[in-house]
Amino acid sequence: MKLYGKFFLINLQSQMQYKVSFFLTIAGQFLASISTFLSLLFIFSRFPEIKGFTLNQVLLCFAVVQMAFSFAECFARGFDRFPSMISNGEFDRVMVRPRSAIFQIMAYKMEFARLGRFFQSLCMLIYAMIACGVFWSLSKLAVLFLMIICGSIIITGLFLVYAGLTFFTVEGLEFMNILTDGGREFGRYPFSVYGKEVLKFLTYVVPLALYQYYPLMYLLGKSDKILYGFLPPIGTLFILPCFAFWRFGLHRYKSTGS
Amino acid sequence: MKVYLSVFKIRFSAVIQYRAAALAGIATQFAWGFLEIFAFRTIYSGNESGFPMPFSQLSSYIWLQQAFLALFMTWFYDRDILDAISSGNISYELSRPLDLYGRWFFQTAANRVARALLRCAPILVVAFFLPGPFRLSLPENGVQALGFLVSLALGLGVVVAFGMLIYTLTFYTLSSTGLWAVFAMLADFMSGSVIPLPFFPSGIRKIAELLPFASMQNLPLRIYVGNIAGSDMLIGLVLQCFWLLSLVIFGRLIMRRALTKVTVHGG
Repeated sequence: MKLYGKFFLINLQSQMQYKVSFFLTIAGQFLASISTFLSLLFIFSRFPEIKGFTLNQVLLCFAVVQMAFSFAECFARGFDRFPSMISNGEFDRVMVRPRSAIFQIMAYKMEFARLGRFFQSLCMLIYAMIACGVFWSLSKLAVLFLMIICGSIIITGLFLVYAGLTFFTVEGLEFMNILTDGGREFGRYPFSVYGKEVLKFLTYVVPLALYQYYPLMYLLGKSDKILYGFLPPIGTLFILPCFAFWRFGLHRYKSTGS
Repeated sequence: MKVYLSVFKIRFSAVIQYRAAALAGIATQFAWGFLEIFAFRTIYSGNESGFPMPFSQLSSYIWLQQAFLALFMTWFYDRDILDAISSGNISYELSRPLDLYGRWFFQTAANRVARALLRCAPILVVAFFLPGPFRLSLPENGVQALGFLVSLALGLGVVVAFGMLIYTLTFYTLSSTGLWAVFAMLADFMSGSVIPLPFFPSGIRKIAELLPFASMQNLPLRIYVGNIAGSDMLIGLVLQCFWLLSLVIFGRLIMRRALTKVTVHGG
């Protein structure tokens, strides 16, 4: 843990070298998520509600997804660089060091610029929490907290699978993006908006809906099943098969030799 | 011109190598397109009257957007060029007897065209055979089809010329991802890639349609689906030419200024 703190500082320092760019990237990330925010604003200025959700309720949902993603990205984005680590042989160096590979990858690259997204989602979350008309009892606050934390764990699981696949393909696989980046972009609407089949897929195969749609229904009082509030922690079980897959890939790893 | 053509060719064949990546990309784009359409279908089913364009046009718009993503994505940049600037390899580029602006312009354009060609055919064909309202329909008539092709080429030019401005700005900031993110996202949104321009509130839409960003994917795609036709189409094409010319002239100017002051970091 102490070592992680050290990597944390080194990463921060190195990214602070290009100060203008660093802050512009933060601003960029801020604006990037603003563009999705604007699209919601524009859409809802035409249509008062979508599938029974109002603007403020959708904003709450979007803010939670954004928060979960920015946490996961800030700490686990090293997995995104993993394909290049494999193909340029850097991973071989990782293997000979006396620390776990996952730890090293997580420490390898932290993107503080993602803080821009975080700040933006924080503003949005606070606004939506006030505006969506939910009475925030302690249990609902707890569920909201769980949604964010468990969400970022589930997303980290996806990053793990993404990296694990690289053991077999060397190249990064773009179709994972539909689950990672797509999960974020399309997470702006509660997943039921995409139809039953999509919702089922996101419930049983890749459990993104477990931290987004179901607990949201509970928060908004659209469903009184308390079970829905407990789904996010159940969803985090998803990380186990992801981790297993990663281990499986790791055992099969052959260096590219470069 | 011949030189630029060969720059184009070299790039083109380099990109064509990555066929597996293209396949994975196509799968992604299908999923992406479907999710977009599903979301719009839900919006549409609740409020048919308020929908600013027929649903079938919207489906076509989204499939074209996916098919030609590589032509128009503003957040795509040429790593080689940015690296050349920040690593100092720019000095080699400068010693070549070739106009740098032209070279980079065609290099970027070739990158985009090659990527798009690899991907567009399967997406277009499959999207064409999808059931009912989800499918990609053909343009209504030859005029729209012709207008689409002209506007597609001009739109690519505008996107590349816009990208060139950002490459040039890299001379001043060295690390450019930040700048890139800000401008790319702004351009992306205003060009109708997140939601098509007809979905903008009318006041903002009127302004947005005059900006150079509307000359990117917005115009060709809306001409294809028949959302813009007749005299509006002609006005749009003229506006596109205007923006392409101004961006190229402006880009050349600031690049010349940047090059007179360029400091190559050793190494």
